[in-house]
Amino acid sequence: MKAGDLIGFAGGAISAHRLRSGLTILGITVGIASVVLLTSIGEGVRQFVMSEFTQFGTNIIAVVPGKSNTFGTSAATINTVRPLTIDDAQSLRRLPNVLAVVPTIQGNANVEFEGRQRRAMVFGVTHDMPVVWKMDVRSGQFLPDGDFTTGRSVAVLGAKMREELFGADNPLGARIRVGGERFQVLGVMESKGQMLGFDLDDTLFLPVAKAVELFDQEGMMEIDIVYAADADVAQIVDTVKRRMMQRHGAEDVTITTQDEMLEVLNSVLNVLTLGIGALGGISLLVGAVGILTIMTIAVTERTAEIGLLRAIGARRAHILGLFLAEAVGLGALGGIIGCIGAVGVVEAIAFLVPAMPVRTAWIYVLASLLLATLIGLASGIAPALRAARMLPLEALRAE
Amino acid sequence: MIHLEGIRRDFRLGEQTVHALAGIDLDIAAGEYVSIMGPSGSGKSTLLNVVALLDRPDAGSYAFDGVDVTAFDDDALARVRRENIGFVFQFFHLIPRLTAFQNVEVPLVLASVPVAERRERVNEALASLDLSSRAHHRPNELSGGQRQRVAIARATIMRPKVLLADEPTGNLDSVSGRQVIEIIENLNAANGVTLIVVTHDSAMGSRASRQLRLVDGRIDSDQRR
Repeated sequence: MKAGDLIGFAGGAISAHRLRSGLTILGITVGIASVVLLTSIGEGVRQFVMSEFTQFGTNIIAVVPGKSNTFGTSAATINTVRPLTIDDAQSLRRLPNVLAVVPTIQGNANVEFEGRQRRAMVFGVTHDMPVVWKMDVRSGQFLPDGDFTTGRSVAVLGAKMREELFGADNPLGARIRVGGERFQVLGVMESKGQMLGFDLDDTLFLPVAKAVELFDQEGMMEIDIVYAADADVAQIVDTVKRRMMQRHGAEDVTITTQDEMLEVLNSVLNVLTLGIGALGGISLLVGAVGILTIMTIAVTERTAEIGLLRAIGARRAHILGLFLAEAVGLGALGGIIGCIGAVGVVEAIAFLVPAMPVRTAWIYVLASLLLATLIGLASGIAPALRAARMLPLEALRAE
Repeated sequence: MIHLEGIRRDFRLGEQTVHALAGIDLDIAAGEYVSIMGPSGSGKSTLLNVVALLDRPDAGSYAFDGVDVTAFDDDALARVRRENIGFVFQFFHLIPRLTAFQNVEVPLVLASVPVAERRERVNEALASLDLSSRAHHRPNELSGGQRQRVAIARATIMRPKVLLADEPTGNLDSVSGRQVIEIIENLNAANGVTLIVVTHDSAMGSRASRQLRLVDGRIDSDQRR
């Protein structure tokens, strides 16, 4: 028996019971559509989060206080380690292949200009911050280069901060008060927008040494190191680690490369996507039971047909193939319809509401199609085997 | 063509063992027209099923067309049936969702005959049985006589050497019944197909050139006309 004939025969059997087959297919359709929809939401969230993080520069190593193997440090460990200081940053700056070093300290402060006040996020950084954070200066200039440990009383405004304090006026050269101290406005940043809830435009940037005085806190939140693109990351991480051990007498910092950070984040989000995909898979199980039920009924109903086919020369394998093809057909049709429907919905949402983080997870679409086919196959095995094992004579007499 | 030797077939009915076939020795030559008659329970259907290779004897040996098929496995038997034996059943056994054309085509599909040749042979067979106009009708749109003629077309499409008919007119009115009989007798007379008919209708049985009568699983009489 030829493959084309097998498919034709199975297709005929499926279309002979339109309503019944349709409902069975619907079961798989719903399951596959939910898998595709849920994974598309997962993929959308993953892409969204990843793009939020990759808007910072690459070739960056972050040094944070406290030894840890994962992200973040608990408050307990911070107390037992030496703080990262400006001097540490200054020292790292002299390492080979290091292009720029940006120690960062963060806090909140009152910013004041001619009676207008605004409480905002204040970052103590250095000249190279725009490289690390991939921000641009809109007007004026960024903080001057030079020794980290001394800083002039100058400030650079975020786009929103400038708008709120100065409106239409030119802020360059104006004198503002930050936490009671006077700073001269040196420049204004391009708008960067929000990142995971932080408004990066409602900010003020001061020389790190000034910020240390302002917050009266010595420890850096983080030291970012920009390294040469052609340098070996592992080697740089190693030299940074050794330098820090030299200075602190123990390994009390965590060094994270941008790649590692993204990799960990990516894998977390992928697992999340897989997890919600599996949730959708539960409804597929229901669909599989549907196919099993219908195929069991079909084999019983068509016992006489099986007997006839065997009598006129069909081998057991033919019977097995016919019923398996039918079950696979039900699964695959459900899969195809479910995928088309779900991809249509996802693409429509992505087109109409671009802000919604849904993106078609094509790998899951393909996997779902395959899964639907496999489910059909698996559900069909038991009924098809029963059909193939029937004795021709007894099957013939079934009517 | 068919050589049976000491064929026995037992069935268990509860505690009892029924000897449906109690030692059958039978030779049927190619081109013969044989009727098998006998009262209910005499074993005539069982004998037909054994000859048809649908049932295996418990003892004895069976040579079909000179080949001992007693020990053939399932798939080998299926192949012998497909290539050599045509069936006509009392209840037609057409597949309800397939058209007359498709029903006749099934054996060719199973034998992987190319589509063009299939179409030609099926149309020819339908035409010879005056069914061309009904080719694309399903069984439930056909009369009993038409259904049985479709079944005959299916039984003969593989050009079998042997045609087995089990009460072929049992479900037909007398006019259609006569028509069906004439068709299968003509296959025997004109094409030399070995024809074996099981019936309890003595009028029909007596038309055969060789008449077997079974009683209690044994051949009671074997008459030639």
